[in-house]
Amino acid sequence: MSEFRFENTNPAAFHGVWVYCEQRQGALMSTDLELISEGRKLADELHTELCGVLLGENVADLASELGGYGADKIYVCESPLLKHYTTDAHAKLVCDLAAAYKPEVLLFGATNIGRDLAPRCAARLHTGLCADCTHLDVDVASYVEFLRENSTLDEKGIGEETLHKKFETDLKMTRPAFGGHLMATIVCPRFRPAMATVRPGVMQRAVFDENKAAAVEIVRPDFSLTAEDIGTEVLEVVKAAREMVDLLGADVIVSVGRGIAADVERGVALGQELADVLGGVLGGSRVAIDSGWLSADHQVGQTGKTVHPKLYIALGISGAIQHKAGMQDSDCIIAVNKNPQAPIFEIADYGIAGDLFKVVPLMIEQLRGHKTAKASTART
Amino acid sequence: MKIIVCVKQVPDTSGRVSVKEDGTLDRASMPVITNHDDKTAIEAALRLKDQYGCKVVVVTMGPAAAESMLRDLLAMGADEAYLVSDRAFGGSDTFATSQIVAAAVHRIGVDEDDIVLCGRQAIDGDTAQVGPQIAEKLGLPQITYAASIELADGAVVVRRMLEDGYMTIRAKTPCLITCVKELGTPRYPSVSGILDCFQKPITVLTYEDLKDEPLIEKDTIGLQGSPTNIAKSFTPPLKAAGVMLSGADKDTVADLVARLGAKHVI
Ligand SMILES: Cc1cc2nc3c(=O)[nH]c(=O)nc-3n(C[C@H](O)[C@H](O)[C@H](O)COP(=O)(O)OP(=O)(O)OC[C@H]3O[C@@H](n4cnc5c(N)ncnc54)[C@H](O)[C@@H]3O)c2cc1C
Ligand SMILES: Nc1ncnc2c1ncn2[C@@H]1O[C@H](COP(=O)(O)O)[C@@H](O)[C@H]1O
Repeated sequence: MSEFRFENTNPAAFHGVWVYCEQRQGALMSTDLELISEGRKLADELHTELCGVLLGENVADLASELGGYGADKIYVCESPLLKHYTTDAHAKLVCDLAAAYKPEVLLFGATNIGRDLAPRCAARLHTGLCADCTHLDVDVASYVEFLRENSTLDEKGIGEETLHKKFETDLKMTRPAFGGHLMATIVCPRFRPAMATVRPGVMQRAVFDENKAAAVEIVRPDFSLTAEDIGTEVLEVVKAAREMVDLLGADVIVSVGRGIAADVERGVALGQELADVLGGVLGGSRVAIDSGWLSADHQVGQTGKTVHPKLYIALGISGAIQHKAGMQDSDCIIAVNKNPQAPIFEIADYGIAGDLFKVVPLMIEQLRGHKTAKASTART
Repeated sequence: MKIIVCVKQVPDTSGRVSVKEDGTLDRASMPVITNHDDKTAIEAALRLKDQYGCKVVVVTMGPAAAESMLRDLLAMGADEAYLVSDRAFGGSDTFATSQIVAAAVHRIGVDEDDIVLCGRQAIDGDTAQVGPQIAEKLGLPQITYAASIELADGAVVVRRMLEDGYMTIRAKTPCLITCVKELGTPRYPSVSGILDCFQKPITVLTYEDLKDEPLIEKDTIGLQGSPTNIAKSFTPPLKAAGVMLSGADKDTVADLVARLGAKHVI
């Protein structure tokens, strides 16, 4: 059982918003830039500084990029022992730094590594942790604005006055719960730092600022880390040979579900071709992934990716709540499903009740035609 | 050698879920199931048992009704079960839960060659936090997102999944591992398993039983003590109804393309 001791029941003693900046093989993760951008907003609301924590072997060069998205200061720890990610080394450094500098907010990306590290740190720091947040506020007025737009609560349900009284300076961490049936806002009033992991792809990236990038302050704190501190050994790190599909960066996503089961090969090819015509990428429901039709990086939904492209086309997907949870915020949703009662139509902007094997070829043909027509009008 | 598996009974959120007027979940309207990833963890433990003859112990914290889940898991092949149950534990967040479950695991005892298994995450909260928090409290090394587990003289070698590949990690026992579905499809109980499960012991641990465990901090358990609180819960507004296009032929698709063009979606 750990020896770590840390007094954290006096919120007034804690200052600064911190982001754990995850790097893999010396490259930042896109979540880092999203979190730094979001962290900037929170730091401004709290009138405090925004700091990144960057751990690795040779990583100091990454600091200026983080600065460009809004970080004031980056704590850098470099050591050959940090060549590969290990829970023990990273938890030790994050917790030792947090105990020394006392940040009031500590954020992690909800990646497979963030979700390994953050709970370990929260338990050691003796504080609460909210998982997989999709929205963060400190300022009560902006939180109330968020509730007005994104909930069915009336003014009484929102209870602005009580929010001011009880949670004025607390980080309000909002996340989907019960597979997306409910949203919950979590607070951690008694202990600091308030900790959250944040869902990848949800927070808006700020505009990169060259001046801020140049001005970022690099701090190299003293730290102690020995091989004995690390209880696991990384034998190898294997990157998938294939390029991952970039669902989070795509403007257009065409997803396929069990509806392609009758002819999987043709269904996947049709989905891909439609995506190609629209300059988008292919995604899938969990059924498409679990059945082995598409690899795991294609999965949209609660246990896959949360996406909000400009256009989302669901082919042969019923629209289970866990799937919707990952795509319902898309700007425009088109659904093709042969069952007119399928729940996907409840959230679709445009629905076609029909057989995807017949409808999709028509879509491909006409969208091609539309593209050619548009190109020729643009020329004349 | 024994394997302690932490399991949770969860509401089945895959079906219709109803939300009460006050914005909380109508739990009574939902059937309960054993959390999927936890069944994977049980399966992983049973495979190690098949191979090495170790003992499998399951632990859950939950209401008295969770006993039926424990019987099912004993029928699958687990040897002993612990039900950690007390009103004082109700409403615990992950910090509080992990503290109580860790105290129970500590009571059961973690020996040099033991392994603690958890599911990756529970579908009610999807937090994936309880496993690593138990590991921290017990001072064990952890490996999360395990897709395969092999034993190699006093150590485990685990394939740990990343979004863009995997790592192979080695850790000495005792350690804690969280399991993902790639580890294997859970087996069904055998007929003899179902007959035997009523002979196997289920021990209930209450607050009284655990309160003197060194890991229990009296002021951070249950709803009152949990570090995190729910400030508000709410449902998102329904999206304005979309347009159901008539038919599914050439004209329908032409209509769709025209509408998308007019709105500059394409
Ligand atoms: C804890 C948990 C997490 C989950 N996470 C996710 C997740 O992240 N992502 C996810 O997607 N799911 C997730 N699920 C699963 C989810 O509940 C559904 O089972 C899944 O989304 C269904 O996939 P589907 O729509 O492809 O299949 P189905 O529900 O079987 O729907 C297939 C649809 O295709 C239609 N169809 C059939 N043939 C045709 C045809 N020729 N032309 C047109 N339409 C046709 C049918 O009418 C039907 O509506 C999760 C479930 C659980 C319990
Ligand atoms: N009440 C509980 N009793 C026993 N184990 C639990 C409990 N809650 C969570 N766990 C374990 O911790 C894992 C992660 O749960 P969670 O952090 O809630 O997503 C689960 O898959 C279980 O293995």
